[in-house]
Amino acid sequence: MLAASEGGFHKPSIDEFFPGALLFAGTPFEINRIMLIRLVMTVVVAAFFLIAMRRPKLVPRGVQNLGEYALDFVRVHIAEEVMGRENGRRFLPLLTTFFFLVWACNLAGVIPLFNIAGSAVVGLPLVLSVVTYVVFNYAGIKSQGFGRYLKNQLIPSGVPVYMLPLVLPIELVSTFILRPFTLTVRLLANMMAGHLMLVLFFSATSFLLFEATALFKPVGVLSFAMGFVFTLFELLVQFLQAYIFTMLTAVYIDLAMHEH
Amino acid sequence: MNSQTVIAAGNNVLLPATYDIVWSTVCLVIIGLVFWKKVLPLFQKVLAERTEKIEGGIAKAEAAQAEAQRTLEQYKAQLAEARAEAARIRDDARAEGQRIVDEMREQAQAESNRIVAQGQAALAAQKAQIVAELRADLGRVAVDLAGRVVGESLEDEARRRGTVDRFLDELDAVSAPAAK
Repeated sequence: MLAASEGGFHKPSIDEFFPGALLFAGTPFEINRIMLIRLVMTVVVAAFFLIAMRRPKLVPRGVQNLGEYALDFVRVHIAEEVMGRENGRRFLPLLTTFFFLVWACNLAGVIPLFNIAGSAVVGLPLVLSVVTYVVFNYAGIKSQGFGRYLKNQLIPSGVPVYMLPLVLPIELVSTFILRPFTLTVRLLANMMAGHLMLVLFFSATSFLLFEATALFKPVGVLSFAMGFVFTLFELLVQFLQAYIFTMLTAVYIDLAMHEH
Repeated sequence: MNSQTVIAAGNNVLLPATYDIVWSTVCLVIIGLVFWKKVLPLFQKVLAERTEKIEGGIAKAEAAQAEAQRTLEQYKAQLAEARAEAARIRDDARAEGQRIVDEMREQAQAESNRIVAQGQAALAAQKAQIVAELRADLGRVAVDLAGRVVGESLEDEARRRGTVDRFLDELDAVSAPAAK
């Protein structure tokens, strides 16, 4: 988008993720393009499901079918599969919220005019990871008690005592420090990388087709084809990352509630 | 764009700005409330209703099947009963018919016996009358003949003495064993 207006080859950079403020600049409520995209996707998701389930029928029709299909995906393939029926039902609102919020924000990365994922800026992945962190610790402490929860999380069963000085710090770091961090970075990095790849291919296409010499035009076509292929790939990655994020949230909560 | 680039260059992609956290939280809360308070309860309700409907339908179908089975058995029992009844009636009728035929045959036999007996009795009576008449005629003819042969009337004498009767009795006595 910018490449066309400015001329020359627009090299993708980190600046993409810090666009200028549109509203309330400098306040904690500053809105830039990416915040706006998040809010729009939020409204779209909320509106879609509210419309789909506004008068749910026993025999679903049209948009209710689609809505139920989507809800059932989270319910059956994430919540119930990982946590079982009862706990799956208990944490279903959380998991459903995570999945559709993340997926919708991811999808903005390939939606024309948006062209950047709402989750490509650290805030959203971080907030969700913090929620996951709080929830799995809370669920663990509530179901096992603080002492037993800590013991079960830090001391894997069957580890000999002399290994504990080694195992304990590893478990401590991996469970209580790395989990939220990896959860955040996995989603963030995937969405940032996806965006950079798409910008690279499409701005190269624009430059090669309209500004470079005729000799490079075939390369521009190739670049466009690659951009198209990567767009499809991004669609897959966006879904997959939403699925993985939600799935890991479910797994962490489930692990916290059981001795292992 | 240039001044923006300078500011942006100071940004770390892993350190969130305050507004980033704020709007992320707002989006999370909105979606969370929509699902938690509205969409999922409706969804669960419809799922529960559907399950109930399916289970209810199965139960109803089972009840209908049981009812049909019961009706069929009832019908079969009634049919068997009716068949037995019909067989019994048929047997009764046959027995009754047989009885009537036998009775009729008996009556006919008795009637015929009676007629035969009557006939025989009539025959015997006629025979006895004829024999008596013949015997009287034979006596008279014999006396007449004898009177004409002798030339005088033997009638009174013969009558008086009962000769002819005696003779005929003797004749009977002689011929009776032979007739037997």
